Amino acid sequence: MFVLHRHGEVFTLFLTGTIPDDEHHLSPAIIASLLSCLRQATSLSTSGSVLITTASGKFFCNGFDLKYARSTPSPSRQVEKMVDSVKDVVVALLNLPMLTIAAVNGHASGAGLVLALLHDYVIVNGCHGYMYMSEIDLGLRLPDFAIAILREKVGSERRRGLRELVLWGRRMKGEEALALGVVDEALMEGGEEEIQRRAKEMAMELGKKNWDGRVYAELRKGLFKEVWVVLGLERTAAVVAGTQMVSRCRI
Amino acid sequence: MCSLEQRDNLFILTLTGPTPDDDHRLGPSTISSLLSALRRASSLSTPGSVLITTSSGKFFSNGFDLSHAQSTPDPHRSLQLMVQSFRPVVSALLSLPMPTIAAVNGHAAAAGLILALSHDYVVVNGARGFLYMSEVDIGLTLPDYFEAVLREKARVGGRKGLRELALWGTRLKGADAAEIGLVDEAVVAGGEEGVKKRAEEKAAELGKRKWDGRVYAELRKGLYKEVCDVLGLERRAVVAATAPTAPRSKI
Repeated sequence: MFVLHRHGEVFTLFLTGTIPDDEHHLSPAIIASLLSCLRQATSLSTSGSVLITTASGKFFCNGFDLKYARSTPSPSRQVEKMVDSVKDVVVALLNLPMLTIAAVNGHASGAGLVLALLHDYVIVNGCHGYMYMSEIDLGLRLPDFAIAILREKVGSERRRGLRELVLWGRRMKGEEALALGVVDEALMEGGEEEIQRRAKEMAMELGKKNWDGRVYAELRKGLFKEVWVVLGLERTAAVVAGTQMVSRCRI
Repeated sequence: MCSLEQRDNLFILTLTGPTPDDDHRLGPSTISSLLSALRRASSLSTPGSVLITTSSGKFFSNGFDLSHAQSTPDPHRSLQLMVQSFRPVVSALLSLPMPTIAAVNGHAAAAGLILALSHDYVVVNGARGFLYMSEVDIGLTLPDYFEAVLREKARVGGRKGLRELALWGTRLKGADAAEIGLVDEAVVAGGEEGVKKRAEEKAAELGKRKWDGRVYAELRKGLYKEVCDVLGLERRAVVAATAPTAPRSKI
């Protein structure tokens, strides 16, 4: 399940598991708990709030619970439903009125990797775990909005990162993921504790800016707009924060 | 205000101000005079023409004249008007029938940075000044065409450029901006004069090619298609009068 903790301005969204080294698969119930946490964080947010999404153990999140899907009468329909419910997660994360950081403790694949990439900043454990888009190996197509997220967020020369990750199903360790523009930081020492410490450090530093959350979310949607466009969503009109325009603008 | 000087094939558009450290805000009259100057340069262009846009002193341009807006009965409306009236300036730059170079002598922020980035080649002062999208700190969202310019021009270093510059309002020094590829060159020695000299060298190099201006403009618009779509700029197929009817090149 996803649980939301709050410590001052820092919200931590924690993916918990039932067994050690749980793969933290996304099932309908878990997706619902994620949405509920995101809605809660949104309602409690103030300027300066930051969200850190993380997990513990070998896995960050290994994507959809395909085992569960296969146990239902119509597996492909079940996967479709899960994909649809993830759209709500995408909207909620893109609309989140605060800075978002993914502290990726371990393996992240498929929808689990896309979940991480939906965050503004992605820190991975360079000592353990790899990033992997399993779809090509499983013979699954990617939904349009997932492709849009990957296109917007994975940056490298000539789209090499996208090719390796998505087209050729490369399992990338942190360092390679960093070099190919898949993630923003790969910590080579200290493991899980260090990535969470680093995420908190960034949260404190950037939280001090006290950005207006609605403005921040609109900027985020506009700068990475392909996702929004693919989801067929309207953008709200220009948002102007309540603060004085002039007094805050100083070089 | 601004002035347009023509020296042989070189057009020099200079943002001017009453004091040496004027921050060259883009208020209604400056925007209007920029537009006239660009239209004039366009009408006088011949193959080999090049435009350099520059300024003098501490600032290239600090963006829209927010204190003017604050002084009016409806500040938000005044700001909206400036945003709307600046669109044709960006359109004019994208349609200009000659190569364009921004010689950024000092600080460039918000609309002032968008102005610089709307040029084909951006040379900055590596010793002084920084580039800054102030909107997130002031609490303003970006107009659609600003988003488009940033998406076309600031998508560097993976998603780092867009995120650091526009989402997080990081003040980027000229040299750092050149390093991540946000701008083309940072001139470290020679200050403002060094920047202008380098811009003129680049202009001479490009001018020698004596490109057909209309063809040049259409090619440019094609490369920056997203901005053109947002600005509603039409594109046409153009064949220069001098284009050979038989293929000239042999493989």
